[in-house]
Amino acid sequence: MSLSSVVGQLRDGMTIGVGGWGPRRKPMALIREILRSDLKDLTVVAYGGPEIGMLCAAGKVKKLMYGFVSLDAIPIEPYFRKAREAGTVEVNELDEGLLLIGLQAAAHRLPFLPTRVGLGSDVLTYNPEFRTVRSPYDDGETLLAMPAIRLDVALIHVSRADRLGNTQTDGPDPYFDGLFARAAERSFVTTEMLVDRLDLAHSDTAKTNLFERCFVSGVTLAPGGAHPTAAHDAYGWDSAHLRAYAASAAEPDGWSRYYQDYVAPGEAGYLDRIGGASHIRSLPLPVF
Amino acid sequence: MTTAKEFTLAELIIAAAAEAWRGEGEVLATGIGVLPRIAASLAKLTFAPQLMMTDGEAYLVEEPVPLGPRGDYKPKFAGWMPYGRVFDNVWSGRRHAMVTPVQVDRWGQANISCLGDFRKPKVQMLGMRGFPGNSVNHRNSMFLPAHSKRAFIEGEVDVVASVGYSDKRFPEGARRAGGDLGIIVTDLCVMDFKGPDHAARVLSLHPGVTFDQAQAATGFPLLAPASKHITAAPTEEQITVIRKLDPHDLRAGVIKGNPPGARP
Repeated sequence: MSLSSVVGQLRDGMTIGVGGWGPRRKPMALIREILRSDLKDLTVVAYGGPEIGMLCAAGKVKKLMYGFVSLDAIPIEPYFRKAREAGTVEVNELDEGLLLIGLQAAAHRLPFLPTRVGLGSDVLTYNPEFRTVRSPYDDGETLLAMPAIRLDVALIHVSRADRLGNTQTDGPDPYFDGLFARAAERSFVTTEMLVDRLDLAHSDTAKTNLFERCFVSGVTLAPGGAHPTAAHDAYGWDSAHLRAYAASAAEPDGWSRYYQDYVAPGEAGYLDRIGGASHIRSLPLPVF
Repeated sequence: MTTAKEFTLAELIIAAAAEAWRGEGEVLATGIGVLPRIAASLAKLTFAPQLMMTDGEAYLVEEPVPLGPRGDYKPKFAGWMPYGRVFDNVWSGRRHAMVTPVQVDRWGQANISCLGDFRKPKVQMLGMRGFPGNSVNHRNSMFLPAHSKRAFIEGEVDVVASVGYSDKRFPEGARRAGGDLGIIVTDLCVMDFKGPDHAARVLSLHPGVTFDQAQAATGFPLLAPASKHITAAPTEEQITVIRKLDPHDLRAGVIKGNPPGARP
């Protein structure tokens, strides 16, 4: 599938989950394709990084569900901050773990899962639709009934994939990509490398398969497609690019300039402007 | 053990913050930010070797990883600890984190979400992150680099991200499963919320700081220590360990002006 044919299957008002975590392994090539489209009124669910800020800046977002939105070394996503402070997006601000539990409930086809997470905090104040439930056992404990977070679509970036929809993801942390895939009606995957059959080409790394191909509706080859976020173990995030992107938020026409420079020219133009595939491949992961 | 002759306020704070983990046993010690991370590592390398710790990314280490560029040093991994397992550990209660909120109130509730009205914040910050789940499930200590009435506020925090001891916030029948506040270390003192009815009390004042100074910088009443308690200076041994853990002296950039530990 091409990026545009994936985005062609998305509709206004959909709930879209995005895999990865902060500036790590975000399907940015797909996000840029959404930025170029006329999609609108999206609900976006994520452990948020630059994809959230960009989708907000481009006016694509009706509602966000997140535990945080961060560029890590740049703690606060600048365009997310702008959107919040302008009050232009609705939000379900959650504990990071509640996001996990909500996706888990959806993945298991349950209406909710019980948890103590969120009790005693303003998670309940600002998510007034959340209900509590009483343990049916002798303890009678009151728990939060975290509602299932059902996704229309999940967008995920992986290291390798085959034409059947099998995927493998390198790196030290799987994050919650598998949960996003299972919580969604359909998942679309971009990949650094595409082969005919992973079992024939890469069976030695089969343990890095995070979710079954029954959850994968389409695979798109997009080498470097996580840039400017990291795609372990292939490349780190592009700190200089993220700093320039963050700085643009302080300028009145910052977003339109960023859009014109990097998004409008298409993916081939994008690669050109950031210094080519070799630049992406040379990006080290930052050390903390 | 000889007390160090010269030490910075950051080093005093690190030694004081390490005490958060004394006697905690085999829990995951997570120090978030430069001083808490050095403090947790110092605790593990000196009096609390049983603490569990990660490389800050996805692996368990038995040798705490020094901060910043590592040169030839390669971390050695004892186990795998991706975010999914961190949540499992949080909900099992076997963790003690030290975090840096922006606001703390008299009930020990803390905020890193946003300032002002949540629906249209004056200043958007990090979001709730893991504060609600952490604080209801395991012990948390705090480090605040600038003790002031803007940090320790008079009323309730703008957004309750970390739960505290305000009963009205919990629905009937709810229970905190071991979530509890450890110590609060600031640039002025060490406090906790273990006074009568969880009142805030000063455990020790940093050298040269008076109780009145600490009280004047706090938006709610503090209980004074029963006798004159001064935060212990780091020992020479502790300073040696701190230098190894922080070879690039990142600790010098945390407190404005990197002042000495003993105020004139």
